[in-house]
Amino acid sequence: MANSHQLKRVDFIFRNENDWEKVLSSTIKKKPNELINELISSELKGRGGAGFPTGLKWKYTSEEESDEKYIICNADEGEPGTFKDREILSKVPYKVLTAMAVCGYVTGATKGFIYLRGEYKFLEAELNKEIAEFEYYCNEINFDFKISIFMGSGAYICGEETALMESMEGRRGEPRNKPPFPTQVGYMGKPTVINNVETLVHTYTIFKYGAKKFYDLGVQYSRGTKLFSVSGDTPKPGIYELELGMSLQDFVYEFGDGDTKAVQVGGASGFLVPRKKFKDAAIGFKGKLTGISLPTGGSMMLFNSSRSMFNVLDNYLEFFREESCGQCTPCRVGCQQLLLGIKAVKRGDKPALYLDKLMRLTETMQLTAKCGLGQSVANSFSSIVENFREEMIY
Amino acid sequence: MDSIQSLIKNLADQHGRKRESLLPIMQAVVEQENYLSEYSMVEIAREVDIPAADVYGTATFYSFIETKPAGKYIIRICKTIACVMKGKNQVLFAIQDMLKIKLGETTPDKRFSLLESNCLGWCHKAPAMLINNEVYTELTPEKVREILSDYMRKNGQY
Amino acid sequence: MANKVNISINGFPVDIEKGKTILEAAEEQGITIPTLCYHKDLCVAGNCRVCVVEVAGQGRLSAACATPCEDGMEILTNSLKVRNSRKHIIELLLAEHNADCTKCYRNGNCELQILASDYKIMTQDFIELVPLKKYSIDMFSPSIIKDDSKCIRCQRCVRTCAELQGVNALTVAHKGDEMKITTFFEKHMRDVVCTNCGQCVNHCPTGALVEKNYIEEVWEAIANPNKHVVVQTAPAVRVGLGEELGLEAGSRVTGQMVAALKRLGFDSVLDTDFTADLTIIEEGTELLTRLKKVLVDGDKNVKLPMATSCSPGWIKYMEHLYPEHLDHLSTCKSPQQMFGALAKTYYAKARNIEPNKIVSVSIMPCTAKKFEAFRPEMHDSGYRDVDYVLTTRELAILIKQAGLDFDKLEPVKYDRLMGESTGAGVIFGVTGGVMEAALRTVYEIVTGREVPFDNLNIKPVRGMEAIKEATIKIEKPLKEWAFLDGIEVKCAVAHGLVNAKTVMDAVKAGKADYHFIEFMGCPGGCLGGGGQPIPTNAKIREKRAEAIYAEDGALTLRKSHENSEVAKLYKDFLGKPLGAKSHKLLHTKYTKRQRY
Repeated sequence: MANSHQLKRVDFIFRNENDWEKVLSSTIKKKPNELINELISSELKGRGGAGFPTGLKWKYTSEEESDEKYIICNADEGEPGTFKDREILSKVPYKVLTAMAVCGYVTGATKGFIYLRGEYKFLEAELNKEIAEFEYYCNEINFDFKISIFMGSGAYICGEETALMESMEGRRGEPRNKPPFPTQVGYMGKPTVINNVETLVHTYTIFKYGAKKFYDLGVQYSRGTKLFSVSGDTPKPGIYELELGMSLQDFVYEFGDGDTKAVQVGGASGFLVPRKKFKDAAIGFKGKLTGISLPTGGSMMLFNSSRSMFNVLDNYLEFFREESCGQCTPCRVGCQQLLLGIKAVKRGDKPALYLDKLMRLTETMQLTAKCGLGQSVANSFSSIVENFREEMIY
Repeated sequence: MDSIQSLIKNLADQHGRKRESLLPIMQAVVEQENYLSEYSMVEIAREVDIPAADVYGTATFYSFIETKPAGKYIIRICKTIACVMKGKNQVLFAIQDMLKIKLGETTPDKRFSLLESNCLGWCHKAPAMLINNEVYTELTPEKVREILSDYMRKNGQY
Repeated sequence: MANKVNISINGFPVDIEKGKTILEAAEEQGITIPTLCYHKDLCVAGNCRVCVVEVAGQGRLSAACATPCEDGMEILTNSLKVRNSRKHIIELLLAEHNADCTKCYRNGNCELQILASDYKIMTQDFIELVPLKKYSIDMFSPSIIKDDSKCIRCQRCVRTCAELQGVNALTVAHKGDEMKITTFFEKHMRDVVCTNCGQCVNHCPTGALVEKNYIEEVWEAIANPNKHVVVQTAPAVRVGLGEELGLEAGSRVTGQMVAALKRLGFDSVLDTDFTADLTIIEEGTELLTRLKKVLVDGDKNVKLPMATSCSPGWIKYMEHLYPEHLDHLSTCKSPQQMFGALAKTYYAKARNIEPNKIVSVSIMPCTAKKFEAFRPEMHDSGYRDVDYVLTTRELAILIKQAGLDFDKLEPVKYDRLMGESTGAGVIFGVTGGVMEAALRTVYEIVTGREVPFDNLNIKPVRGMEAIKEATIKIEKPLKEWAFLDGIEVKCAVAHGLVNAKTVMDAVKAGKADYHFIEFMGCPGGCLGGGGQPIPTNAKIREKRAEAIYAEDGALTLRKSHENSEVAKLYKDFLGKPLGAKSHKLLHTKYTKRQRY
């Protein structure tokens, strides 16, 4: 494949360089516009899963007129199979803080929040120390930016940016209608940049080493590196920073246990790729790579031939049924129907053809659900049912 | 003013009497009381001046805001796929066996509550569980028995 | 064209005002996009998803209610993609819904049923979720039944209770498949801050929230030869009932309604407007007494502003939310309860009927009136003063059950003895009406002259503005009222409890220097009551209001003190306003209740 390449490990994110003060002070000497252009030219896309160009997000927020703006670091990492943000926040938190401050400088915000999932409460104390140190330095260089932590309380949907803001405002984490987008109307109705933890760290890399260094990595439309959370049937589970654009074949060669039957890319809301499609699948942002391309928050879960794909799907659907916020019909009722539906087919209470009705239902969910959660249930459902139909029936 | 009232008043003083403070206040009450009782919700509603129904509606949205009486140590064992693949059920049986409670229950001495949780973010070290905010990973039935024994000893039990 | 956008709907280009949603744009073009969670009275939720439409170039469908039109948009409201998705969504809702339509109170007037019928959902392939859910039904409130098995979770009730009423008795709780609409700690409605206003009932698209009906009880009473059944009809019923019987919003059907009630078999058809006039005499006198005690005697125990007390939703709201300020409330009972107390005393005596043989029924635009009638203190006649309260909707059901061709009924007048009323009584049904009626009388009592407004129409207190204010300067009063000379009587009018809150917060903070405030629990006053025909929205409330004022304008007597039956009542029975008998029968006290 022309665009694909051998697996390349990279080490930007966790490279421990104690120079964040320097990076911060030198970066904020540049003009906001320069920084935005730098970011745009790096072609960095959001690493939380949706893949929106980060530079544009910052640009739109910087263009809004408002007495108050906010920067939010989305650390509500809840996608099954994803644990990179925790690793970043425990190993290189200062990079995240620096990036948030630079984002504040660029957009005209002086207040930042880290929305930390409740499951990571144990990180809070250490992170607060880092923040104190960080703010101390900001004070010294007369740079006005404050960061506080907002703890989540166990709700996957709060990783959805507008649900997260609802949650911060003290309400149920129910996603809002879009438009308006957070860059216009965000937290407390003010323009807000909300970026994933990893995205922010990449901006740190870009501001430190320049956009070119980042852009030169990866492939067209999928530039730079990405953290992958590797788990499941693998001899070496863990976090790996890899160049984007790799083929799944190479990935499995590196991480598989020799018996890999399928890989779930992107967590429960991602896609399942069966062995026969490994060589056609490339890991990067949507649609532009040869073969199948897989947008991703970085979860890579490997399954070997001892695993039942029915059980995998059943587990995912139970997850969605519980974690749907419940407000919109297609997601609330759809998830229940899918879960009960595959069980009924398995039991023989519904004919195998019922799977097709459920496939059409996932299409409707994708078309009509209010937010990404309900829209993406179709991904795992259809990819598992299409590729492992017999396992659903017998 | 009873202890809950003063706890909530202090929390409201600390976080501010506004809707945005609701989650931090509820979290702190749960931290202290193990769960959010009807009484606590009423006090929060009064102190922050928001409708009680809204407090209830918001509280029940979040899995970590317990609204039923819970033990001092809340065990949350991850039930998402990676943990299931790595033997979560065996670990769960070991816990149930040891504490003599089922999922969703609390020991009669109000020490332990046993719950399942969705992905805790430790798939590479599955299976995982939380005991309150403490993480335990790569669990086996043997390991979990040791961990729980430590907790029991810590409390002068057995 | 700066404030216009060019779009096309189903291939036809149109110019649309900037900022309008796709739903509004389509409506302008005469295209109906189905909705469920959308209600014109409420903020947009965008959660039911039945209004999805296709916008060219966008992969996903958009919720028409929540998507603003943008220049160049090509919108398809009925493409195959849209239709298939919409059908799926309706099927999903039905899977979760107890679709036992023939046994449902809302059968025939259910938005989900209509959608299912329009889209011809003939089969149910999806798995029935109803048997798997632990749905509960709350029938403990005397006013409202909440049946979770009928709920489609559109949250209209929650938004109504919060946005229109500021009560927040209802909330969304839990998430995922367990998400439900409930109250604080899932208590019964009667045990929480619910004011029984019934706006949730009026805004519910299905049978999840309905009034507790007393239809069979009333039929039984009518059929009982040993009972004398009197019925009173509230002012707002006569401008709403027609809608339930196929007439246009704003139809005035007073005469037909009376005729219908007679044919249903009520022994005496009387008018709540009569006691509305009576209320004005009592309440007006109370106001003047309070003014005197405050202004002349300097009595610190007497509170101003005085607030009206006709609306039982408003009263219960006060009891829950402002329990420390109950002494602002007039002690007058509502017209319904005054009527009830008199029916089993004055009326019984005059008609020579034993009070225990009288069954007192009232037809109200209101669900809170059901609760009011059940209040333990409402037994001043020695019996329960009002036995059964039916809503406007329930009356329509009686009429349909009796097979009456409503439209063809010859208008008939109310029976006498508590059947006479003036225009002042009629306007009790609209926001500002009690105030206007009170001013017409009080001003005249004090000055001996008519209120200085063209044709008695006190325009400043009319209209649908959230909070209205008016000031009337007292000049050259009669000798007895000399202390009021030069005083500007300041009045305010609030309707909808969320607006009542604004005013009461000002009163509480000591920042409101009003003398007299009219409060109505429901938007628009009683004509927008929770017991009125469904749908009710701003446009319909306007039409009903016009009808009420037309009703007033058509009457010769338009001031409460001109009501000759009221005068006779005082002469023969009560003595004088605020006298001992009035005090016993027509006034009440209030109960402090919990906010939380």
